[in-house]
Amino acid sequence: MSHPIIIIGSGLAAYNLARELRKLDTATPLTVISRDHAGFYSKPMLSNALAGNKSIQQLVMKSAETMASELNATILAHTEISAIDAAAQTVTINDGRVLPYRDLVLALGADPIRLPLSGNGAAGVMSVNDLDDFAKFSAALEGVKTVAILGAGLIGCEFANDLLARGIKPVVLDPSNWPLSRLLPAEAGERLAAKLTEAGVEFKMGVSASAVDAIEQGYALTLSDGSIVTADLVLSAVGLRSRTQLAAAAGLTINRGIVVDRQLQSSAAHIYAVGDCAEVAGLTLPFVLPIMQQARALAATLAGTPTVVKYPAMPVVVKTPACPTVVAPPAIGAEGDWQVEIADDGITARFVGSADELLGFALIGAATSQRQAMAQQLPPVLV
Amino acid sequence: MKKWQCIVCGFIYDEAVGLPEEGITAGTAWADIPEDWACPDCGVAKADFDMVEV
Repeated sequence: MSHPIIIIGSGLAAYNLARELRKLDTATPLTVISRDHAGFYSKPMLSNALAGNKSIQQLVMKSAETMASELNATILAHTEISAIDAAAQTVTINDGRVLPYRDLVLALGADPIRLPLSGNGAAGVMSVNDLDDFAKFSAALEGVKTVAILGAGLIGCEFANDLLARGIKPVVLDPSNWPLSRLLPAEAGERLAAKLTEAGVEFKMGVSASAVDAIEQGYALTLSDGSIVTADLVLSAVGLRSRTQLAAAAGLTINRGIVVDRQLQSSAAHIYAVGDCAEVAGLTLPFVLPIMQQARALAATLAGTPTVVKYPAMPVVVKTPACPTVVAPPAIGAEGDWQVEIADDGITARFVGSADELLGFALIGAATSQRQAMAQQLPPVLV
Repeated sequence: MKKWQCIVCGFIYDEAVGLPEEGITAGTAWADIPEDWACPDCGVAKADFDMVEV
């Protein structure tokens, strides 16, 4: 019997790759190794689970046992990898066993970035990056009236909107001037802020937290302008950093993520990377759409048909029901200008190049109905 | 009328509401959605993944 394909990780990238692979290859042994419970859940759903009144049990759509049987795979839950030997094609797991692989796929995900904070409450700052984190956060919300959120990006805005469903007041802090500042032009960001404010979110823009101190009830945050905000709980949502330590220790090429080629192969033969930990053509994109493109391409490659990953235009839906928002940011370094149409019920912002071609867009409110039509005019991200 | 949820991204298709902006009229049953339809939020094809009844 041949050695198995081993996938490290059990998030969306890992399990979608496994599902795609099984459509093409039902025979090759498959092993999934996860440091957590290895149940299948949808990470995007964590940021609107409060409004949906979803319990942790409901969020786990399929247990590890169900996944093992559906995928005809061996699943090792609560198992850490201590080392990869790229030359010997083996991984060592934490009970000391050495497992050989035919091909190894790193679907390790990313870690939440933690800002350097002083103060005796800094360790109490939470972040939500997986289901276990969400379970802790959700339990900690009991009796809470205010939550300070560090970061007004996608996750910060989505959690802020979601907390309103629990009657909790979110206070969102960010050094930029409007939410989603890296994705939205000012007019669109200001509309998003206004709508969320109307719904009950408080924004403090142009400031960041420098210290978090535990007080009698909750936390006191000292801000960069010297002012102080108090909250029962603090959630950090300032971005993600690819998990690369394991790959670096194995000698693989690392940049922002684990560097892979268009076939998703790392600098070592028989080792691939997908999802939030992978850097493809200089891009680390922690979104569902690119992950699905990667999963399909790598599944084909592993099943014997070498296939390069392509990215179509990939609009991102921001799950802020108080202000429906869709963004398809222009490529980094793209030359052009935002053209913004403002209406009472929404905003259409087009990022247009010198030949009047559409290179990106942001849609707010009623304008989100143009998403599909506009996405079709965009150039693909990776041809 | 039923609701169906994309298990990858959480998008909910409500048969009662349809997706008028995509030309899918209110009342369209899940079974009548074209096979080449893709989830509007994550792009996963209808045939590619399970929708679960909510």
